[in-house]
Amino acid sequence: MKAKIKVTLKNGVLDPQGKAIEGALGSMGFDGVNSVRQGKYFEVELSETDKSKAQAALKTMCEKLIANTVIENYEIELA
Amino acid sequence: MKSAVLLFPGINRNEDMVMALHKTTGVKPHVVWHTETTLPDVDLVVVPGGFSYGDYLRCGAIAARSPIMSDVRAKALKGLKVLAVCNGFQIVTEAGLLPGALVRNAKLKFVCKEVRLRIENNQTYFTKKVAKGHVVSCPVAHGEGNYIADPETLKRLEGEGRVVFRYAEGTNPNGAMNDIAGICNDAGNVIGMMPHPENMIEKLHGKQDCLPLFEGLLAA
Repeated sequence: MKAKIKVTLKNGVLDPQGKAIEGALGSMGFDGVNSVRQGKYFEVELSETDKSKAQAALKTMCEKLIANTVIENYEIELA
Repeated sequence: MKSAVLLFPGINRNEDMVMALHKTTGVKPHVVWHTETTLPDVDLVVVPGGFSYGDYLRCGAIAARSPIMSDVRAKALKGLKVLAVCNGFQIVTEAGLLPGALVRNAKLKFVCKEVRLRIENNQTYFTKKVAKGHVVSCPVAHGEGNYIADPETLKRLEGEGRVVFRYAEGTNPNGAMNDIAGICNDAGNVIGMMPHPENMIEKLHGKQDCLPLFEGLLAA
């Protein structure tokens, strides 16, 4: 089973990398970019075949390592 | 005063810390590899600076989950003194021993320079030989030292006097909230800080401003 995990900074957490990308896009002539927030994307292959068990395991993985829930949110998508 | 310095792959400031502790306490610290599961019998554990696991995932994230950290956590909860410097600060916040997080410097630059550091709380085991409000010079070297916490945590840290070190005189190098350079836990036995006091204690360092901090360890 394959999972796709998106980790993004919580609202209000300063994202200087996103800001730098936003600035670069502007200077390249891309108009109308209001804001850029940078995040992370993970693909996790699991041997588990039970979807709800996989979901529970992935949630624990996100809480314990993949995301820092002090500053980040995560979204799990199971294929 | 018996101490231990933890060692993770990618840590590179361990020797500076070992030398500083050896020089100031007179006893050579144990060096404890991250796969160990039990700390030696010590009064102080130092989580040193460097780039554990190449800063992969998040600074300190992977080191925070290493086997030795379970014992550090268990003993810290029972009052063992833990001093965490730079990457060490990132590791102990990732391990949940201190609140908040250290994120990318606001201006995206890696900063390697000297800052001015105000001692805001001189009741801790590391600051007790220094007057409250005293300002010392201290080097910093980090790319992710921007301390952030939610408003409630920040209020609690300030209200309980748990901001131990603050960047003074407009020298905040990373955008940290409230100019926070170092904090402690509610019991005061876990201290985390971004600057490197171990690099300002020898004549050859240029200044010895941070020597009294280490001397405070002996007065424990």
